[in-house]
Amino acid sequence: MGLEIVTEPSGQKTSVVAESFRSWKQEAVAEVIEFRGETTIVVPREFLRVAAEYCRADAKLQFNLLSDATCVDRYPVEPRFELNYHLVSIPRRDRVRLQVKLTGADPIVDSLVPVWPGANWLEREIFDLFGIRFNGHPDLRRILLPEDWEGYPLRRDFPVPGFRDVPDTGDVFKKSRIL
Amino acid sequence: MTTVETVTGTEKTMVLNMGPQHPSTHGVLRIVLELDGETVVKAVPDLGYLHTGIEKSCEDKTYSQVITLTDRMDYLNPLGNNLAYCLAVEKLLGLEVPRRAQYIRVMMVELQRISSHLVWLGTHAIDLGAMSVFLYCFREREEILKIFEMFSGQRMMTSYIRIGGMALDPPPGWRQAVQKVLDMMPSRVDEYEELLTQNPIWIRRTKDIGYISPEDAIALSMTGPTLRAAGVPYDNRKVFPYSSYEEFKFDVPTRTESDCYARYLVRVAEIRESLKIVKQAMEKITDEGPINAEAPGIIPPQREKMKTEMEALIYHFKIFTEGFSPPPGEAFVAVESPRGELGCFVASDGSPKPLRVHFRAPSFINLQALPKLVQGQLIADVIACIGTIDIVLGEVDR
Repeated sequence: MGLEIVTEPSGQKTSVVAESFRSWKQEAVAEVIEFRGETTIVVPREFLRVAAEYCRADAKLQFNLLSDATCVDRYPVEPRFELNYHLVSIPRRDRVRLQVKLTGADPIVDSLVPVWPGANWLEREIFDLFGIRFNGHPDLRRILLPEDWEGYPLRRDFPVPGFRDVPDTGDVFKKSRIL
Repeated sequence: MTTVETVTGTEKTMVLNMGPQHPSTHGVLRIVLELDGETVVKAVPDLGYLHTGIEKSCEDKTYSQVITLTDRMDYLNPLGNNLAYCLAVEKLLGLEVPRRAQYIRVMMVELQRISSHLVWLGTHAIDLGAMSVFLYCFREREEILKIFEMFSGQRMMTSYIRIGGMALDPPPGWRQAVQKVLDMMPSRVDEYEELLTQNPIWIRRTKDIGYISPEDAIALSMTGPTLRAAGVPYDNRKVFPYSSYEEFKFDVPTRTESDCYARYLVRVAEIRESLKIVKQAMEKITDEGPINAEAPGIIPPQREKMKTEMEALIYHFKIFTEGFSPPPGEAFVAVESPRGELGCFVASDGSPKPLRVHFRAPSFINLQALPKLVQGQLIADVIACIGTIDIVLGEVDR
């Protein structure tokens, strides 16, 4: 299509993260993805909290700021949920993404609030919109939606117009219409 | 309704509901306060009154259509939101934007930062009782909004930054308009400082109010002027330069006091720094040159070409009926919005509609620190603390 592809950096800086991760704990790295100059380290679910703690406390990495946490729903592919934690190292000027894959049947993961207190609202938001539960979260309540809301709207099987709660209008508005 | 467990039981303290229609909350934010006399024992923010499901709506839009939604998120910084989203999609596509367009983007975003800080200063001052500053700030903001109208046809929801470039070429006479603002602003900023910086009432309302240590600020993921007022010089424009910011000379103002007064000083200094950047950007923007990348399937073709070239017509039809499909993958881009690190995460599954668009909203995350800021302060200081974080509820709730 005539796209100019941006030359990607050699990955000198980012591979440091993957390498030190591997030398720290081989089994904590399921996969390392390099895409458009971003490093994603896929971590098995049971290692998430220790891996995060390692990223924050290790003198070589120093990822002291949790920039963002979010989730992607790849329904109907399983494992459908991908949790992404974007970490920033202010002293080293580096970014990395930790990723955890979760199945739809068992969407539970360790909370990162003990590592970064700033994860609190980010995880509440993910819980609110995706229905993922966080072990050890101090205050796991809905944050954006009303407390009596049913369902998790950012899941892909939740229709964009919502479930229309209207009297029977034939086939026009079906209650569980999926787009 | 959020109910709050009181710390000390109901004997000594009372629970006061602040908001959601309190004027100082700048929107619809509810804060449940537990008070011991006039002192705040505990504060619990309750949000979501303005939740519009922007991230869900993005699932049903093509990549270009999402831009109009980003405008409506942080309505004091629509151009910054456009920029974050467009940079993320461009990263996903691997698209290089021409230098000229990058400079125009920088100039527009910096003007937007000035106007956003002016709104912040005006409303913060009016919350704390200084009526006249509000009127002056909005007078100057109007001049900047006129520039936006000149460039894009809209004062606020501009959608001026598009994927791969800009919507329009700068209009004739834009240099004079921008120069007018550049000439006017420094003396006007002096005027605000004259009204506030040495004002004893202002100092007593803001100094030593809402302290947070730099370690706590980083642990709570705070960014932007609130973090820089704590002495951490973290600014995405310097640390992770985007859109040609590495070519601009400017300072990152920091303070170490980390109270409301320090945050005020940081923001006022940022207005002056932004003026410097606008001036440099204006000199860098050439009169002629491309404003869009060379990417026929992504950038809509020019009107004249559509009348003479078959291919242009086909591309036009395809872009507006089907859209374009970035390769499967994920991209995260962070820009420095007036409020802090504004991140945009876009995941593509190879279809013309994004799989997921997520915004790391700085107001949302900075607001998390509010209970820490107000603890042990007087109830009147809660207002100063809300103002000093500079929240925009449209962005908090999205």
